[in-house]
Amino acid sequence: MLDAQPTPLVQVQDLKMHFPIYTGLFRKHTGDVKAVDGVSFDILAGQTLGLVGESGCGKSTVGRAMLRLYEPTAGRVVIDGDDVATLAPEALRKKRPTMQMVFQDPQASLNPRMTLAEIVSEPLDEHTNWTRDQKLERVYELMDQVGLNRRFVNRFPHEFSGGQRQRIGIARALALKPRFIVCDEPIAALDVSIQAQVVNLLEDLQEKLGLTYLFISHDLSMVRHLAQRVAVMYLGRIAELSPSKDLYARPLHPYAEALLSAVNEPDPVLAAQRKRIILKGDVPSPANPPKGCNFCTRCPRVMDICRTVKPDLLEVEPGRLVACHLYTAAGSTGASEANERNQQGENQ
Amino acid sequence: MAEPAASVLDVRDLKTVFRTRGGEIHAVNDVSFHLKPGELLGVVGESGSGKSVTMMSLLRLLPAPPADIRGGKVLLNGRDLLAMSDEELRAVRGAKIGFVFQDPMTSLNPVFTLGDQIMEPLIKHLRMSKAQAQARAIELLELVGIPGAAQRLHQYPHQFSGGMRQRVMIAIALACDPDVLIADEPTTALDVTIQAQILELVKDLRRKLGMAIIWITHDLGVIAGIADRVMVMYGGQVVEHAPVRELFANPQHPYTRALLQTIPRITGPRTARLKVIEGQPPILTAPLTACPFRARCEHRFDTCDAVNPPRRAIDGQPIGQGHDVACHWVAPAMQEPADA
Repeated sequence: MLDAQPTPLVQVQDLKMHFPIYTGLFRKHTGDVKAVDGVSFDILAGQTLGLVGESGCGKSTVGRAMLRLYEPTAGRVVIDGDDVATLAPEALRKKRPTMQMVFQDPQASLNPRMTLAEIVSEPLDEHTNWTRDQKLERVYELMDQVGLNRRFVNRFPHEFSGGQRQRIGIARALALKPRFIVCDEPIAALDVSIQAQVVNLLEDLQEKLGLTYLFISHDLSMVRHLAQRVAVMYLGRIAELSPSKDLYARPLHPYAEALLSAVNEPDPVLAAQRKRIILKGDVPSPANPPKGCNFCTRCPRVMDICRTVKPDLLEVEPGRLVACHLYTAAGSTGASEANERNQQGENQ
Repeated sequence: MAEPAASVLDVRDLKTVFRTRGGEIHAVNDVSFHLKPGELLGVVGESGSGKSVTMMSLLRLLPAPPADIRGGKVLLNGRDLLAMSDEELRAVRGAKIGFVFQDPMTSLNPVFTLGDQIMEPLIKHLRMSKAQAQARAIELLELVGIPGAAQRLHQYPHQFSGGMRQRVMIAIALACDPDVLIADEPTTALDVTIQAQILELVKDLRRKLGMAIIWITHDLGVIAGIADRVMVMYGGQVVEHAPVRELFANPQHPYTRALLQTIPRITGPRTARLKVIEGQPPILTAPLTACPFRARCEHRFDTCDAVNPPRRAIDGQPIGQGHDVACHWVAPAMQEPADA
């Protein structure tokens, strides 16, 4: 299970997750919150895809819909050969060990009445018929892997610090030897000095176990550090999907550009020189997204076409996919259909 | 009473202890700092370092049974807030010192309109009539960049987004034209693009209104962009203090140095591996008799276990004026990334 395989382990095609809105006395279906509205990407085995965006852009929903924690409205999610989005319940249950999740808030995602051993071995109870001793042995092994002292095995979550709790969450995700892990803001609730500990642990585990990550975060510097490729989401759609080094050196989509310029550089000299693009206003509601390009209400470089035509995610430079009329309208407005559903895994 | 007459706020040897069933927690240990008019002081530290408790202690906002302010002076324009009666203090809170809290979602009252909440300090502290207060409230909302202020006044907090609510919080804090604005992690709960809006707003307001600001955060990136001076806290005490450029160019305390290296950068070469500060921040169940950082420090030696280091100046200026550090270890001159 070494990396450097060119095959994508995870392929997401046109994933949609709409949450219905019911109003009135008869709970009539009057609309949908289009939390995720047509998202496609691949993740190569052993690599990390960063998924960034502001709160409410749908990044967590993508992660949850991919693992069928929600029932996706449409689209395919192929993980290690199976389309998870359409698997029958029993087949899905068998599939679960290959795909796991690390949640944002270790405080809320661990049952306060269960001990560490119970929490970490719960997936084993569900998916194996091991004996108690075998399970305990595995729990110890996992504790070693994530750097928790074996003496803590019978402690409860409240007896651990935030960083340690997140290690428990990681150990639980690793229990069934998954190949793919969705990390949903795993460090957002932690202190700066603890964040680095958890990030280094995730990197070590990836190297040792050949894991593939979807790393969801709003911390753009940390995503730069971790991910080979990064998808920038805005209002349920991907604005730009590029190799990390290209994105951070020269973002193409105006939203990606604004988002990166808003990140605070911990260097007063640089901070004084940097030009920020301050976006006006807030993110529109996903229940009522703007016509045309989602970003047209805040875009500093908006054109007429943006208010009417939704831009497709197209490869505008080798390996770089951008959904923006700035890069397509100029040359070929109508002829873009041909290379539209252009497979994206070939590069890298 | 205040010797450098220039300081609006002068805090000396502040000490706050929480009495709990498990014993005492020494949350703030002899913290001293001052603030000149128009200045922005950044306070950095992780959770539990005592930064918020220090600021809450200034205004005696902590509930009195568990919290106990054991000593120190808080001089606002020469008057000691800790020696004031509750009545006198009430006139200071909100009027002379404005406070912006971290979470804009929970610090506004959901059952009152924004107008009511902005007008409250104006009517209470400045004895304005309702009409005057309303006019001023509209002015404030416009000042913090909320469009359609006159209509917005009659809306409730849930009708505002997070960034907008934080703007409202700032408007309330600014209502009585305070000398000092204390902002406790005001942008932490916000997205980066909204955070950038708020930071620009604060820079702008500072230019226009000239008040002094204390900005509490754990984000060194935010500090780098806005602060004049920075105070790094750890274990309930000030471990390093310096002008902002000096602090980032020449950090002295091992904690500050490590903190600067644990965060990945958005520009420049990608760090291969993040530096880690091993271990956890201390729980301060006893008065400090040794350096609080020693368990996590890579430069620890015998003295660190025996004596809690006092702040010492490293550029010859008086403590709290220039660059000082509370550490026994003498950092090699200049150059920070060279060492391990």
